[in-house]
Amino acid sequence: MTTTDSVALPTQGIEAPRSKRIDPKYLRRSSSSSSSFEMAGWVFMRVSGAALVVLIFVHLFVNLMVGEGIHGVDFGFVAGKWANPVWQFWDLTMLWLAMLHGGNGMRTIINDYAEKDSTRVWLKSILTLSVAVIIVLGTLVIFTFEPCMVDNTGQLLDSAPAFCQNV
Amino acid sequence: MSTPTKEAAEPASKIDMKESGGGGEVPSFEITLQVRRYDPEFSDEARWDEWKLTMYGTDRVLDALHKVKWNIDGSLTFRRSCAHGVCGSDAMRINGRNRLACKVLLKDLDTSKPIMVEPIKGLPVEKDLIVDMEPFFQSYREIMPFMVNNSPAPTAERLQSPEDRERFDDTTKCILCAACTSSCPVFWTDGQYFGPAAIVNAHRFIFDSRDDAGDMRLEVLNDKEGVWRCRTTFNCTDACPRGIEVTKAIQEVKRAVLSRSM
Repeated sequence: MTTTDSVALPTQGIEAPRSKRIDPKYLRRSSSSSSSFEMAGWVFMRVSGAALVVLIFVHLFVNLMVGEGIHGVDFGFVAGKWANPVWQFWDLTMLWLAMLHGGNGMRTIINDYAEKDSTRVWLKSILTLSVAVIIVLGTLVIFTFEPCMVDNTGQLLDSAPAFCQNV
Repeated sequence: MSTPTKEAAEPASKIDMKESGGGGEVPSFEITLQVRRYDPEFSDEARWDEWKLTMYGTDRVLDALHKVKWNIDGSLTFRRSCAHGVCGSDAMRINGRNRLACKVLLKDLDTSKPIMVEPIKGLPVEKDLIVDMEPFFQSYREIMPFMVNNSPAPTAERLQSPEDRERFDDTTKCILCAACTSSCPVFWTDGQYFGPAAIVNAHRFIFDSRDDAGDMRLEVLNDKEGVWRCRTTFNCTDACPRGIEVTKAIQEVKRAVLSRSM
């Protein structure tokens, strides 16, 4: 019947007693809810957790139970494992998943317990840096590992694994 | 026509009635009530006040608070409305647990120790046991707690099968007392988290077959401060005076957000 311009109208009735009096501490700062980062994180924690159970227990079993068991673990043993691409891939996956799983867990703990934004930023920066350093370092070691180390004269070191003799 | 009975005629006044057998006298006992007091007009510091009261076996914590307010210290401030566990006004921390004062019988507490009553945590205290509930209701409003149906309204009710109604029955019981949200350690930290109550009330509509705005609600709760901040500590389920399986409802919403984006 009538088209009233809502802008021109004064506030209708009385405002709710506490309207616009909310403590700014409670106003949500998160800008866009379109990103699904937190959801991806939640799914990643579950998937990586399940994968890590398999990865870690097989790792422990192979290192500590098979063959000579714990007494067989030395430089040569590790070198022998990393000469095999399967174990390279296995350890690489374990390293990345464990670091990202643990890092994300720490991130949520920081989110839950740090009350000030500045504390949060600092702690998360340190966390990100340490996760990155360990992942990069670990990946480098796995791929650039040289099992058959030689001394100045080109002689194999005593600690070199047996298969180096055949190379 | 009436046959004479052995029963004595009812006395003219109830005062003349003798103690009749059966129920017997309600037992009374002494309690020590400690209440966390805060009045910003007098001090910025909160303090504990203590009263020794004689209470009865039928009394609740709310009755003890009433006794203090009505007979001892009228300045004691707390919310209560229906006093029968329906309005959700008198949620408070009783002996460290979030409860409705009107639903906790004193005889069920350890009366040999002081009964400690504090305001619910995580929301700004205004006076004594009264907190500012506005942040709580702000989150509640954001999940759109009302039916949205885009199809033309039928002439009668929108019909729903008993199975479809059962799907969200648990979360219809919420009385918005804030016992769950203010028991959540994630909410305590910075109050940014939507909180269990908002998610429970979103659940009530997301899983309602007559509602069409489920996607919008799931989008709201996919926020950084939405369902993913739940750590499943079950504090909310323990705190809920209506026995809602709050953590389960949150997990169901998580699953709904997930399956929606896949």
